[in-house]
Amino acid sequence: MAVLSFERKYRVRGGTLIGGDLFDFWVGPFYVGFFGVTTAFFAALGTALIIYGAAIGDTWNPWLINIAPPDISYGLKLAPLKEGGLWQIVTICAIGAFVSWALREVEICRKLGIGYHVPAAFGMAIFAYVTLVVFRPLLMGAWGYGFPYGIFPHLDWVSNTGYQYLHFHYNPAHMLAVSFFFTTTLALGLHGALVLSAVNPAPGETVKSPEYEDTFFRDLIGYSVGTLGIHRVGLLLAMNAGFWSAVCIIISGPFWSRGWPEWWTWWLNLPIWR
Amino acid sequence: MKTLNKLVAIALPALLLAGCELGSKEQEQVGFRGTAMVQINDPDSKAKVGDIPAPPYELTTEMLAGDRASTAYENVPVLGNVSVDEFNYLMQAMTTWVAPDGSNIKDAGCTYCHNPENMASDEKYTKVVARKMLQMTQNINANWKPHFAGQGDGQDNAGVTCWTCHRGNPVPVNNWSTALPEPGKITGKKYGGNTPAQSVAYASLNFDPFTGYLAGKDNIRVGGKEFPTAASKAAIQSTEKTYGLMMHMSQGLGVNCTFCHNSNNFAKWEDSRPQRVNAWYGIRMVRDINNNYITALGDVWPANRRGPHGDPLKVNCATCHQGLNKPLGGAKMLKDYPALKGAAPVAAPAPVVAAAPAPTDTAAAAEAVKPAA
Repeated sequence: MAVLSFERKYRVRGGTLIGGDLFDFWVGPFYVGFFGVTTAFFAALGTALIIYGAAIGDTWNPWLINIAPPDISYGLKLAPLKEGGLWQIVTICAIGAFVSWALREVEICRKLGIGYHVPAAFGMAIFAYVTLVVFRPLLMGAWGYGFPYGIFPHLDWVSNTGYQYLHFHYNPAHMLAVSFFFTTTLALGLHGALVLSAVNPAPGETVKSPEYEDTFFRDLIGYSVGTLGIHRVGLLLAMNAGFWSAVCIIISGPFWSRGWPEWWTWWLNLPIWR
Repeated sequence: MKTLNKLVAIALPALLLAGCELGSKEQEQVGFRGTAMVQINDPDSKAKVGDIPAPPYELTTEMLAGDRASTAYENVPVLGNVSVDEFNYLMQAMTTWVAPDGSNIKDAGCTYCHNPENMASDEKYTKVVARKMLQMTQNINANWKPHFAGQGDGQDNAGVTCWTCHRGNPVPVNNWSTALPEPGKITGKKYGGNTPAQSVAYASLNFDPFTGYLAGKDNIRVGGKEFPTAASKAAIQSTEKTYGLMMHMSQGLGVNCTFCHNSNNFAKWEDSRPQRVNAWYGIRMVRDINNNYITALGDVWPANRRGPHGDPLKVNCATCHQGLNKPLGGAKMLKDYPALKGAAPVAAPAPVVAAAPAPTDTAAAAEAVKPAA
């Protein structure tokens, strides 16, 4: 892989979070770092445990392998390995790997002297995951509220969890999260298309400057957010999608037990028109 | 500006939390771990088990063995075969259940149904209704055990009395009648839904799923085993109507969808909980009640006992259940009122299911009816 002219200049030691120079080196294009090693450790251990779980489970069908959390009756205690304990260890591994990966991103940012936008954005995804498997189970008082690790099993969990509240589309935070997810893809589609339209011209044409891009959107909708601004918009939309996803599940159960349509009766019962 | 920020910082979370149910929840896992089949209830907002009036007095074996009511009273076709003592005992209980003395109900007490000058007279419509309701209660207790039996207590089930639905009201609080037809113009036409209707737990679903499913015999199952074609007639409207009925059932019973179904496949009986079998019988029981007892009374019903469409006020799941999956918390109230058990032969319409099957038969019957469900 080609190494850009400035890369070697910034491949310097230091800037690590835990101090010292343990694993502070590169392997090929990859920065290793202490948190690269912990990422690899947790990811490998977690994957091995999932394979072990499949081996002691009912099926090797990759769609149906199921690493399920413990019964609700275990509460916040540790469960036997084959009755949800495996899920608990895999969850620790997953959080360890995700957080390590984010911290490795932080270290690379520090070496480069750039902002922490990427680890912050990734952190939102971790926050949503931890909300699902740690915060909500803690609030409900049982690890059994975590979602099972498996392709179809986790979809069944999503479905049944939604139907615990009769009609999940009426969850206000779910409405926001879904809107942000769709808007994120819309914004990314528009942005990608606009950049390609300007900088990937037909043969014989010249590459157009950002002024062309701005002018296109001024002509179209009267306003262009600009080359830097569009990335702020994108980050804002995407992080909101993750944030409101976390909110929509944390309020389901810990803060509301009935059907989500019924929650809106506060609106129907406002004194001005009830 | 800073003060405003502080105000917003305090007011906004307070507003957001105002619609919440705080505190710990009652939880019951009803499926395999990790499937999220869990019943979650807030103890504060959950329907309370209502009070149950004590029997008027103790009914001794001597009282039960006394002279038959038909020898002492005229015009007692339904209860003629019970003893005079039990007859009076039941009449006293029914008064408490339906039109209690001292309540603000007009003509409360015996005179709610009876002409005090001639107790045998059928001149008050309420007496004609009460007789039909006695037959209905006996029919439910004798022939619809598969609805409330199960989980091994089939021989000793709670059964129903007038109190199960009435709770001291002449008309049970939870009832329904057919919705008025909609205007044929664009304004005001809601296509049967688009209203936060209490009948469907405030969802924007079809707000009258009852006429088709709980009086009519419309097929609640929308999907089929075959891939849909143009001829299969499955429409989003019928799906939403079914969804509306299920919303009503959930709300009426104070449970969520996973109480009966695994949403992995709503239709699949093998993955459903046994409660779904009870519910299947319940739907048919309600149809029996609505068609063969309430609507069958026809012109007996005065205008104030009919809905805007002219049909009488009828029964749905909430009429008995009132927010609990077992009405009155499963209290075995019927045992104190043997006359309502329906053991005595009554002129009830032919039951839809075999009378009083054992629990194992119930399961087998459910298996047998599966394709039609």
